[in-house]
Amino acid sequence: MHWLVEPGFWSNPVVRTALVLGAVVAVVSAVVGVVVVVRGQSFAGHALTDVAMAGGAGASLVGASPLVGFLLAGIVGGGSIEAAGAERVRDRDVATGVVLGAAAGLTALFLYFVSSSTSATGSTQSVLFGSVFTVSPSVVPLSVVVAVVTLVTLLGVRRPLLLSSLSPELAAARGVRPRVMGLTFVLVLAASVALSALVIGAILSTALLVGPASAALRVARGLVGATLGAIVAGVAAVELGIVLSYDSFYWNAAHRSVPVSACVVAVVLVEVAGSTAWSRWRRGRG
Amino acid sequence: MFEPFMANAWLAGTLVAVVSGAVGLFVVLRHSAFAAHAIPNGAFAGAAGATLVGTSPLLGLVVFAVGSALGVAALGRRRNDVVTALALVTMLALGAALLAASGAYEPAIDALLFGEVLGVSRGEVVALALLVVGAGVVLALVFRPLLYASLSEEVAAARGAAVRAIDATFLVLVAVTAALAVPVVGALLTFALTVGPPAAARMLARRPGRALALAAALSLACVWAAIASAYLSGWPIGFFVGAYAAGEYVVARAASSWREGRARP
Repeated sequence: MHWLVEPGFWSNPVVRTALVLGAVVAVVSAVVGVVVVVRGQSFAGHALTDVAMAGGAGASLVGASPLVGFLLAGIVGGGSIEAAGAERVRDRDVATGVVLGAAAGLTALFLYFVSSSTSATGSTQSVLFGSVFTVSPSVVPLSVVVAVVTLVTLLGVRRPLLLSSLSPELAAARGVRPRVMGLTFVLVLAASVALSALVIGAILSTALLVGPASAALRVARGLVGATLGAIVAGVAAVELGIVLSYDSFYWNAAHRSVPVSACVVAVVLVEVAGSTAWSRWRRGRG
Repeated sequence: MFEPFMANAWLAGTLVAVVSGAVGLFVVLRHSAFAAHAIPNGAFAGAAGATLVGTSPLLGLVVFAVGSALGVAALGRRRNDVVTALALVTMLALGAALLAASGAYEPAIDALLFGEVLGVSRGEVVALALLVVGAGVVLALVFRPLLYASLSEEVAAARGAAVRAIDATFLVLVAVTAALAVPVVGALLTFALTVGPPAAARMLARRPGRALALAAALSLACVWAAIASAYLSGWPIGFFVGAYAAGEYVVARAASSWREGRARP
């Protein structure tokens, strides 16, 4: 294995936490991501990452755990996106954008307070781009609980949710309340974004949400197959990204390693490009 | 607040506000808020790259913003939102990696993401003014076909309008606006300025010409108030831009639903 990982990889406790947390987060993001892509809600998913960012910055201001900040902000932001966009579906993207802009402004303010009150540097980097290597092991139990609750909720509402995504009229005829479904899903999305913000940073968590899911949807046939494929692709991206980032420390003499988030995004992009090429080739043959 | 060292800030803010308002109206009409959000972040990666290579940041901003606009236009005809999301994170990750490689000082990153209006130099104001004139001329030339294609793409296509070319032109226009606005209000807040005031203007004005003027005016009010508040409080300008843009939208929305309620008792 020494050709793949540099020395000290397996015995390092930081790396072990990163690998476990990364796998948990990748599974949740992949499962939620498939529904996001099917419902065409990538923008809402991305807007929630920026909202989560404000929460993360606020948490580092009061000294709370970043996961708590990400979660609380995600719930408030998700609720307001859903409330603002519910009446006029056509203007949903504008309403999402306004919430996003306000959240980005709050982030700027909180980060300014953090840097002027504590004289700590690096908070912008860690909130925005994150690093799974800096997550403390004490966060792992809480994030596992959040992950399980998210997945169970999604599993519970999967039938009415998919029905209302694919055919709102049919769902309404069967007595599904679209607003309740929309709100439930936004909250699930907020929880999943909060988790991935922890690992690859708020700004980039969209990659983990949308990338593996869209790659799997291009290759697999059914939704179940796509979900399984997305889980495999997501876990592979996170673990491989961690390995690459760890190894990159030894690549140059200056020992300036490539950030984990950039490595994970790179692997996700390779997966998306590969699945696009494969589905073109298959369509060309068929 | 009107000392000599603030002159460049006021000039740059004014230029950025007028263009953002005008281009932003079409962002709202065309429902391309997500693309308008992705492109400034591409510009962020460009500025980071320019810092690493040591060229002018404005050059990096323009090249990368236009590049990501053309990428979204070329790839995003069908699965629009997924392609935009992926383009967005690619540029952000690239920006993060480039910043890590160049070992940039953190305030420089903050300035790119959240804006630093006091850092605008006289040379940048001149470059901004040239770009604003260019964007204004292009917008004036494509105003009618763009409006037509924005309101009803099918009808425009059936009448033989080059919808794809119009789409690409529009995204390049968004990119130039983004490159202008990023150094002043930052990559994350540029977007607030292109969506909030124009969305408010569209709710208040029915006619396109009036909406355009109102969008520019509201965005100007937003930027001027933000500069003044940032100067008085010492807080970052990005916060005020985001807050005032959202405030304008909320007020306009309340006013328009109040008006609708009176019209239909």
